[in-house]
Amino acid sequence: MTSALIEVKSASRTFGSFTALAPIDLAISSGEFVAIVGPNGAGKTTLVNLLTGLLRPSTGSVTFKGQDVSRLGPVRLARMGMARGFQLVTVFPELTVAETIAVAAFSRLGRAHHWFSSAHSDGDINGRVARVADAFGLTDRLEQPARLLAQGEKKLLDVASAFALEPEVILLDEPTSGVSTADKHAIMQTLVIASEKMGVKAVVLIEHDMDLVATYAGRIVGLHAGRVIADRPKNDFFTDAEVVAMVVGRPPKGFH
Amino acid sequence: MPAPSTTEAARRNRNLCAIGGGVLLVAVLALLPGVASPYTLTMILPVFAYAIALLGLNLLFGTSGLLSFGHALFLAIGAYAAAVMTGHWGVKSLELVLLGGIAAAVVVAIPVGFLSVRYTRIFFGMLTLSFGMLFHSFLIKFYNVTGGDTGMSVKRVRLLGLDLSHLSRVEFQTGPLYYYALVLVIAATLLMWRIVQSPFGLHLRAQRDNARKAEYLGVRVHAFRLAAFVLSAAYGAVAGVLLAVRSGNADPELAYWTHSGELVFMTVLGGFASFVGPLVGAFAFIFLRDWLMGMTEFWRLAMGGILVLVVIFVPRGLAGLAADATTRLRNQFDLRSRR
Ligand SMILES: Nc1ncnc2c1ncn2[C@@H]1O[C@H](COP(=O)(O)OP(=O)(O)O)[C@@H](O)[C@H]1O
Ligand SMILES: [Mg+2]
Repeated sequence: MTSALIEVKSASRTFGSFTALAPIDLAISSGEFVAIVGPNGAGKTTLVNLLTGLLRPSTGSVTFKGQDVSRLGPVRLARMGMARGFQLVTVFPELTVAETIAVAAFSRLGRAHHWFSSAHSDGDINGRVARVADAFGLTDRLEQPARLLAQGEKKLLDVASAFALEPEVILLDEPTSGVSTADKHAIMQTLVIASEKMGVKAVVLIEHDMDLVATYAGRIVGLHAGRVIADRPKNDFFTDAEVVAMVVGRPPKGFH
Repeated sequence: MPAPSTTEAARRNRNLCAIGGGVLLVAVLALLPGVASPYTLTMILPVFAYAIALLGLNLLFGTSGLLSFGHALFLAIGAYAAAVMTGHWGVKSLELVLLGGIAAAVVVAIPVGFLSVRYTRIFFGMLTLSFGMLFHSFLIKFYNVTGGDTGMSVKRVRLLGLDLSHLSRVEFQTGPLYYYALVLVIAATLLMWRIVQSPFGLHLRAQRDNARKAEYLGVRVHAFRLAAFVLSAAYGAVAGVLLAVRSGNADPELAYWTHSGELVFMTVLGGFASFVGPLVGAFAFIFLRDWLMGMTEFWRLAMGGILVLVVIFVPRGLAGLAADATTRLRNQFDLRSRR
């Protein structure tokens, strides 16, 4: 028995003959804020997809609370306390912001199968929707259909709806891409505060902005060409210039 | 919080408008037997039946994003259930026949839906189409059970226990059966309204817009699609029972794929976004077809042309057109009263 929430045992992933992710071992425990960094194509999204059961590992296993994630499937993972956002903007175009958050809130309270009650007049749900929208600054957008939101707002809504599940672990794939630098910090602040408020125990975050990573993450997993080149506490990570150079996509010093 | 309260007011306003419009529509339909010809009234009966079927189809297409090209299967099951129950089993009560039709449709819809809802878009459409064709061949091939091409006859039923066999066919259809069907339409609409507005309906809309995201928010995509499929099949069966009780016959054409196509046509014509769409679509289709059939032998061609025009110029259907018009009117009114 371990205290890890997510456990990866020599999991790898290939697409045809291409190895997107070489076998990796990883354990994510309660209280951690893990950043996954690396250049484009390093395998970050593939890793998160393995962690959330969206992709099956080609070898090895991934478990959440001791159970195989690809066997659990997304719905049971959500019920057990795992939530994720997506790299490419994914919203429900015809649903309003309030409805989008309510989708998660109804799942969380196990009230989705109520056929005859009105989805708009459930006090508990409306309370949760208001709190989450407030935390993510979406309060004046509540009645807007998601398709009319600005790109950055869509991204926020994706993250906000994941938070509305009140998960124990949340995995986010570049939640700040396409957002201005000032807004990036605001989003990260929001993430940290919302995580504390809603009892999120662990955050896994793919992020390109090293400034943000250095400020908010506690542990950093560096990927390069499908391999883990470093998995260390933040302070040990940034003191290693060679590793930093590799994850930001430049060859290390003295390479040529 | 001023923002939510105004939207709450807007929602209440919209609901009041919908209720007002609905009451008006029902009043007109209820008074129609006093003014319309028997011929018109016997044509409105299928309008009511199809409106119920389209409500079910809208739950699948409009709310869940699944377009069935085989939905006539369930109308046929309702019709044949009526024939078997009234003809072979001696059942007289329409209420029992309706329940029997619904039960038969549910029994068939569970396996058919289970296989079909794993797919979406054209794949779902093709699968449902295939199941419809399968049932049609079954009706034709097993003629000693189903009567083959000629179908089976449906005996006169009692409404709420009332024996109405002294009435002529036209009297029965333009009187008691007309009102019975009208009440069914109202009940079916109200029930569907509740369902679409419920958390269940919200989750259906979420998976329609983005199934993968919905799953990760805990939406039970396949189970809810299946529930929607079964519900819409039950609505189809009610329509099938009404059609068969009206015509006194259940025939295999009901299950033929062109009949499924007509259901889709009616859905497009009426628009799938609102609760009057089904009534409008069914009404427009049946009266348009009747009118064109009287005008030209090329009525199918004309219907096809009209479908093309509707898809291009009125993609939200006639009910959508009407909704846009009333919104524009209301906005103008709001502007003027604010000045
Ligand atoms: N479904 C797929 N089929 C084939 N190749 C894929 C697939 N998904 C990802 N890849 C490849 O795997 C590599 C890693 O991709 P990804 O995990 O998305 O990288 P990152 O998120 O770090 O930018 C890339 O070279 C990408 O082209
Ligand atoms: Mg990526």
